[in-house]
Amino acid sequence: MKVVYTDVLVIGGGLAGLRLAIAAKRRGHDALILSLVPPKRSHSKAAQGGMQASLGNVIKGQGDNEDVHFEDTVRGSDWGADQEVVRMFVNTAPKAVRELAAWGVPWSRVRRGDRTVVINGQKVTITERDEAHGLVAQRDFGGTKKWRTCYVSDCTGHAMLQAVGDQAIAASIPVHERTEALALIHDGGRCYGAVVRDLVTGALSAYVAKATAITTGGAGRLYRVTTNAVICEGIGHAIALETGVAALGNMEAVQFHPTGIFPAGILVTEGCRGDGGLLKDADGHRFMPDYEPEKKELASRDVVSRRMEEHIAKGKGVKSRFGEHIWLDITLLGEHHIRHNLREVFEICHYFLGVDPVKEMIPVRPAQHYTMGGVRTKPTGESPTLKGLFSAGEAACWDMHGFNRLGGNSVAETVVAGMIVGEYVADFCDRSENDVSIPTGVVRGFLEREQAKLDRLVHGGGTEDAAAIRARMQEIMTAKVGIFRRGKDLEEAVDELQKLLVRSRSIGLRSRVPGPNPELVIAYRTQKMLKLALTVAYGALTRTESRGAHFREDHPRRNDVQWLKRTLATWKNETDTLPALDYEPLDVRRMELPPGWRGYGAKDYADHPDTAARQAEVDAIKEKHEDRFERQRALMPYAHLLPKRLQGRNERIDERFPPAEPNGTPESEFAWESE
Amino acid sequence: MTTTTIVKAPSTTPAPSATAARSGGVATGTKIRVHALRYNPQEPGSVPRMQTYELEQSEGMTLFIALNEIRETQDPTLQFDFVCRAGICGSCAMMVNGRPTLACRTLTRDVGPDITLAPLPVFELIGDLSVNTGKWMRGTSERLQAWLHGDAKARDINRLEERMEPELAEQLNELDRCVECGCCVASCGTARMRPDFVGAVGMAKIARFRLDPRDKRTDDDYYELVGTDDGVFGCMSLLACHDVCPKDLPLQTQIAFLRRKMAGKGWA
Ligand SMILES: Cc1cc2nc3c(=O)[nH]c(=O)nc-3n(C[C@H](O)[C@H](O)[C@H](O)COP(=O)(O)OP(=O)(O)OC[C@H]3O[C@@H](n4cnc5c(N)ncnc54)[C@H](O)[C@@H]3O)c2cc1C
Ligand code: SF4
Ligand code: SF4
Ligand code: FES
Repeated sequence: MKVVYTDVLVIGGGLAGLRLAIAAKRRGHDALILSLVPPKRSHSKAAQGGMQASLGNVIKGQGDNEDVHFEDTVRGSDWGADQEVVRMFVNTAPKAVRELAAWGVPWSRVRRGDRTVVINGQKVTITERDEAHGLVAQRDFGGTKKWRTCYVSDCTGHAMLQAVGDQAIAASIPVHERTEALALIHDGGRCYGAVVRDLVTGALSAYVAKATAITTGGAGRLYRVTTNAVICEGIGHAIALETGVAALGNMEAVQFHPTGIFPAGILVTEGCRGDGGLLKDADGHRFMPDYEPEKKELASRDVVSRRMEEHIAKGKGVKSRFGEHIWLDITLLGEHHIRHNLREVFEICHYFLGVDPVKEMIPVRPAQHYTMGGVRTKPTGESPTLKGLFSAGEAACWDMHGFNRLGGNSVAETVVAGMIVGEYVADFCDRSENDVSIPTGVVRGFLEREQAKLDRLVHGGGTEDAAAIRARMQEIMTAKVGIFRRGKDLEEAVDELQKLLVRSRSIGLRSRVPGPNPELVIAYRTQKMLKLALTVAYGALTRTESRGAHFREDHPRRNDVQWLKRTLATWKNETDTLPALDYEPLDVRRMELPPGWRGYGAKDYADHPDTAARQAEVDAIKEKHEDRFERQRALMPYAHLLPKRLQGRNERIDERFPPAEPNGTPESEFAWESE
Repeated sequence: MTTTTIVKAPSTTPAPSATAARSGGVATGTKIRVHALRYNPQEPGSVPRMQTYELEQSEGMTLFIALNEIRETQDPTLQFDFVCRAGICGSCAMMVNGRPTLACRTLTRDVGPDITLAPLPVFELIGDLSVNTGKWMRGTSERLQAWLHGDAKARDINRLEERMEPELAEQLNELDRCVECGCCVASCGTARMRPDFVGAVGMAKIARFRLDPRDKRTDDDYYELVGTDDGVFGCMSLLACHDVCPKDLPLQTQIAFLRRKMAGKGWA
């Protein structure tokens, strides 16, 4: 039995996992990262558009601060987010950008003086301030009041991953590349690591750790059409679910991005619209202002995606041999802008569509894009039910996105959560009561169980075809658990997915080659993915309201009376065909921003009985305080939830700090007083 | 339906066939043949061989689509690496008709109807078309200390970030676009002969940090790292690397520049 010991086992080498490991290592704990692929090939790489942080350097971002970012994020989430976590996030995001700047990310910078931008289809000249020259620039993104999205041309995720990956190498953090966690090792409500498969040799081994973190990214491949990489199969979600102890939160909250290229689903960034690109129909008509007069193309993603599908359903889609689509027109941005600021978009259009976006329009249609749901955690990143299990990034339901995440808030979340949760992981490892004492028999039991499952697939004589089952699952999810959802479709989906799950228990292989055996990989992953697909579909069926990206045609209103709560799914027994669903209410009486209208999309919701009273309370508190920090603290204190070193305020051009004392520690000077 | 023939591995890889045919040589609906190098080091008795798969050219078919179709309908054992399938992550580099390139963004109509696929040379073979570029890249990064060496005194992340000229940020981004795909290394004569040669990718990384004012290392420090035969002095400047880089890194100018700088150091 091969056992590897470490302090912190990080499952996933994307931005979240890398940053979390660095935090733990800096605090003196050994961290070891597992990754299906070399970490710099993780899907964080594909983030093109940028990272939200309220620096407010560009003129169109002037006046931005944590408060504005907070409100945008909560509205975007359709009040599904945990507002305390959102506060932790918005305060840390500017620090994260600045840390990344110090680590080498070549952020695009502000140039003083006049420049021409496209706003609402018009060329407009704006003037950047002298004092902003050389600071990190921001661009416009959907669902935000201010230009807040920091970017590196259109390869932001690439540049971030490069820098954070380099820092992990500098910190000598080992990455076991081409390995896959197949199961969590746990006993008596405590997680002890994972059973891991080597994807070169096919061998299993056990990794035992004080703290285990799931940072495995999204689960887009549950769907046929997705912007996600082929490795985004949600295996991290699934192994947490399979413990029967840890819960997955809000798995029915799935985001569809308006502009996947048609039909391949490869993403072209929201920056296209942020920078002034327009959506047009079969008649060349710009239709978004008809639906969303205020935010137009830049309403939040769930709204834009629905409007596009609605417009296609009205017969206004562009017909092609692969089906119908919409046009994305960025020609008005001009060649220089496209070749410099949207270069990745240019390359994708060129290589995959044979289209020159400088001259031609791009065929697009909404595609699955982001998994809001994930491993439910406390604000510290730890599972409330499985001690020693942490999660961060897209795999987690920390829950700052609720039912819809804003563009640019996700890569920001990965590094911010890595910074915060990494500190709490280190705190956890610091405490001697968390030292690992697990009988080897337990470890052996898990290892043997997983080996037996693989052996059954290879030698069990099953006859079902994994690839076919998976393809059917993806089809069902895309057709019936997609952008528009109906009770009847969802029932059918749940029903058929259950049958597929049962069938997947008799998958057989055609080949028995030693080594990684790609057919075996598809087989065991498909079994896990079906459980996740069921969690999404069943959660969607049960939630009889519309909120954020979850849109029920038969229940089009947001219903705060019954549904202002988070879905928690657990999978109790291996033989079950459905998860157990539980709900965690959100407390309106503690919200800084009580539920209301988002400012875009349908103005149609049923108020929670506590909303009016809380709103009155909030209004009264706001009257009383001039200072925005005091006001915030009176509304919803949260600083105590942040690690001490991340509690400081953020300096801005318009909120300058006094000059630093030569030997002083400015951080402590501006730290929050303890509550 | 499935024609799977075993042919002898060619002793030399054929020249790029139809790389120039941008607008497409192979018509939709016609047959294409993928000749793939097969070898599974994990399987006792496995020997390298070529295997041919025939399939139908479909509209917009890439090698990503073609290889997955082969795996799903003809041969579940075929190994290859795709992650982003969008030309972004650098996972899928392989020899396509003798030329290293990103398979996911290669349209079969441009390189067919006969397409020969082989794993990248130089790198450790995992199986079939899959090689361990990750291990090579990490090793090279460690040897070259290819990370930003900033101020020892950490910056206060609560305060305004350090300023940088917008043009410089753009230049840095230009050199930062490397996706560690390994194409430059696979095309490089020196890398094939010298196992520790840092390749164009290594030199480009050093050039990138050298250009970055946030990195506090001096030319003497860089000389220590690349002023050797495994670095700039091993490079023959034939620039095969420059021609194959899928991200169009300015390898030619960077290598020449670095050589000049380091040669100057050597004489000093
Ligand atoms: C095309 C695209 C563009 C995007 N653009 C933006 C943008 O502009 N702005 C923004 O904010 N967000 C964007 N996003 C979202 C954002 O990129 C992701 O949500 C985020 O990068 C996820 O990071 P992560 O660290 O959580 O996971 P990932 O980067 O996906 O990393 C997951 C890691 O887990 C590993 N792993 C998975 N399963 C296992 C297992 N079982 N065992 C071992 N290792 C495992 C993988 O190897 C990988 O290293 C975009 C997403 C897509 C798909
Ligand atoms: S120029 Fe140098 S690095 Fe590039 S291929 Fe030739 S020897 Fe290799
Ligand atoms: S320099 Fe170019 S060819 Fe070489 S690894 Fe980087 S991206 Fe690939
Ligand atoms: S799969 Fe990512 S570059 Fe080809």
